[in-house]
Amino acid sequence: MSKKYHVTTSVNGDEYDFLCEPQQSLLDVLRDNLMLTGTKEGCATGDCGACSVMMDGRLVCSCLVLGVEAGGKKIETIEGMAKGDTLHPLQQKFLELNGLQCGICTPGILVAARALLEKNPDPSETEVRYWLAGNLCRCTGYDKVIRAVMAAATEMRGA
Amino acid sequence: MSELRYEAPDSVASAIKLLAAAGGPTRILAGGTDVIVQMEMDMIDPELLLDIKHIPGLREIKAENGGFRIGATVSGMEMMEHAALCATWPGLIDGVKLIGSIQVKGRATMAGNLCNASPGADSVPPLVTAGAIAHVVGPNGARDVPVEQIPVGPGKTSLTKGEIIESFFLPARARNSGDAYLRFTPRTEMDIAVVGVAVNLTLDTAGVCTAARVAIGAVAPTVLLVKECADALIGTKVDEAAIDKMAAAAAAACRPIDDKRGTKEFRIKMARVLAKRVAQKALERARHVA
Repeated sequence: MSKKYHVTTSVNGDEYDFLCEPQQSLLDVLRDNLMLTGTKEGCATGDCGACSVMMDGRLVCSCLVLGVEAGGKKIETIEGMAKGDTLHPLQQKFLELNGLQCGICTPGILVAARALLEKNPDPSETEVRYWLAGNLCRCTGYDKVIRAVMAAATEMRGA
Repeated sequence: MSELRYEAPDSVASAIKLLAAAGGPTRILAGGTDVIVQMEMDMIDPELLLDIKHIPGLREIKAENGGFRIGATVSGMEMMEHAALCATWPGLIDGVKLIGSIQVKGRATMAGNLCNASPGADSVPPLVTAGAIAHVVGPNGARDVPVEQIPVGPGKTSLTKGEIIESFFLPARARNSGDAYLRFTPRTEMDIAVVGVAVNLTLDTAGVCTAARVAIGAVAPTVLLVKECADALIGTKVDEAAIDKMAAAAAAACRPIDDKRGTKEFRIKMARVLAKRVAQKALERARHVA
């Protein structure tokens, strides 16, 4: 057993305190310590993007961040995406256009897609596909995912 | 499994002290995109993880003597967002862009890509052709090392106990210079190079090549800087004959392995093909047509 480290961090605007072992990933901390289970574990080696979160405004795989590294950081997860009962336009479009099937990859894709649209509100389909290359989906074949992101982008530009 | 300790020192001096004092294996934690995976897969069992991201100054890209100083903890995305760096060293950015996903590049560093010492590391061939110098600090002082001398074999570097790469220096760029990097992979994204080639060249006002550096990746235990390739270009107008000769020299320098990603024969053949394409791209950039 390694020593436990005391970490203070902000997740979706709320302050959290937790104790973690040095090898524990931020993903494990989110799910097991903070009970924020919206962020999913796929591969745990940074290949699938299911655990995507924002850390200080940067899209990262939470499986490739250690819990101890989150100290003093601003973390944003899928739990912060809807505002109360109002879904984010991306979430709404994923529902309307069937951008998901089993749903395991969906939180990561939504977080990643939002990061893209904040940086580039009018991406081409190719840009969306390349940006989401680090988010694997084994159900949809991606087409509906891409369509949902494009539709959300259009709506968000109009709003 | 040994007991793992995490330290995040706020100075280079204390980082070196902690590394030098550690009894067991240590790992530097910057982007973590290799180290955390290797721990997760039980490939490494360090006693100390030394997070260098709290050391001031290591996360900066600065102008220095007409060139750039890039700190060891600068991420791939930070490099890709730096307009002046992208404009000056597009070939280096070609390589950085190919490292994993957006998520991975949000954390991964060039120093980590170099020190992980994979022969297929995408940022390393263009870093080598740029003539980048690693500023290495350690218990016995600092030294400046050409980046091609850092990896010595798969997973092995020439850094000694307690040493850390603090930054890279990219030299001032001569007028009419261009660099480029391409790799071959079965998929366009999220894959590991089967072969990678980087070319950096400079032309004079008459279009004659006055300086060139060519490096090949994933075809030997380390990235190779191939002098014969440079010799084939220097003094020529980088015409088809010169490029063919350079590409033949690249193929001749390959010492690849057979593995699941490609056979020896395939890698050698692809090195020649890629060398031609990359030289053409570097040439277009040097002529400002790309």
